Order: sequence, then structure tokens, then C-alpha cells
Amino acid sequence: MKIHIPTPLRAYTGGKETVEVGGGTVAASLEGLAQDFPALRNHLFTPEGKLRSFVNVYLNDDDIRYLPAKEETAAAENDELTIIPSIAGGCCCL
Amino acid sequence: MIRISKEDYEALRAHGEETYPNECCGVLLGKSEAGGNRVKLIVRAGNTRTDSAHNRYHIAPVELVRIQRQARGLGFDIVGFYHSHPDHPAQWSKTDFAEAHWMGCSYVITSVEHGKAAITNSFLLKGTSEEDKAFEDEQVTIDDEALVEAGEVEIGLD
Repeated sequence: MKIHIPTPLRAYTGGKETVEVGGGTVAASLEGLAQDFPALRNHLFTPEGKLRSFVNVYLNDDDIRYLPAKEETAAAENDELTIIPSIAGGCCCL
Repeated sequence: MIRISKEDYEALRAHGEETYPNECCGVLLGKSEAGGNRVKLIVRAGNTRTDSAHNRYHIAPVELVRIQRQARGLGFDIVGFYHSHPDHPAQWSKTDFAEAHWMGCSYVITSVEHGKAAITNSFLLKGTSEEDKAFEDEQVTIDDEALVEAGEVEIGLD
């Protein structure tokens, strides 16, 4: 399946915007990505192996955090994963 | 340095005026070049922080996914983001820094004073990780001569 890589993480995929990985589930695909591009792992996962809080992963148009099976959701060959870091901010402290 | 057309530059400033006293936000599409990020298109985004829109912004990830898909279709990348600071300086805040995760991207901030766009600055997020990231001031270069008199931008030559 295809995984779309956001601009700041392409430094760790040899500049590739889209990479192909095997899988079966979202978690397996992300693990495959981290194995193919080891430098990515620290940017995606905490030392405990959890997705970093600011890293969003979408299976097609669905946030995997809100899918019933979350990372264990099945992912077909023609599905697409998109990794998208969050974007937020604001002008001053509350 | 970030390069942007006069049209896009004015449009992102106008967006801040339209949403005043709330913050606006949007995405900058283009290409990262040797000299810096070049903006080819700006895309307005909704601010999901309706609970505190006057001093916070957040772009829904699903909207970012769609904008990134749009960029891919056009042959562009996400090269930055913009937002406004209503009645606050065009300087990054602690919140802006804490929530910045797009290394190599430009974060453009416009101060909107009493409803009128004032200063527009840009900050390049440098670094390789959350531990060593830092904002660096970057020059905003507008590819049009009309804004010379504004005094805050340098004019591009191409």
C-alpha cells in the first residue's frame, strides 16, 4: 500500500513523497515503513513504541485513532495511509 | 528566505483582517528551493479552535490531508503555514513553538491591529527533532514591486 510522507519527514525517506510498503494492518504498514527507513522511527514513535501525540495517521480519510480497531485496522493494497503532523498555535498564553 | 507573490501575500493578510478578532490560518503550497521556500499557492483553512479562536488556531488534520492531496495533484509540497495574531505582535509565541512540528517549513505570522493587517513576519522551523528544533527569522521576499514602499519586504527580481 502507499504511504504519503509529509514534507519534514522526507529527509528520512530519501526525498520520497510516497513509499510502498506491505502490511495487512495499519500498524504492520507503519512498522514496515520504519524498517525500510529506520531514521523515521524516532520521528513517528515514542521510545515506548506509541505514535507520537502530534503525528496523525489517516487511513484514506479516516483518523486511525477514531477507528474501532485503531492501529490494528485492516489495510488493503489499494488503501492509502497519510502521515500528517499537527499544526496549531496561537498568539499568547492563556 | 521565503518567496511569495504579491497576490498571495496580500491574500493571507486580508484573511487575517476578515477573521479579526479571531485568528485565521492557512497552508502555503509550493516548493523548497536552494534559496528557501517558494510559495505558489495559499490555501485557506478553518480554525477549529472555536473555544478560543481569538488567541488559538488549529487546522483539522483531515483538512491537512486533503490539502496535502491537493498539493500532490498540483506538483507542490506543503512548504509552510500562516496565521494571524489579533492585536498581538507578529512574533512566534511559546504556543506557536510548542505546536510547531513541520521542520523546514515556514511559519508566517501577521499581526492584525484593530482589524487592519500590520506586520507580516516569517519564521523557518529548523532542526531535526523536537529536541533541537528552533525558529529562525527569515526574510519575506515578495515578487512584485508594488510593496517596496511598505518597507518591510525585499523585492524579488524574477
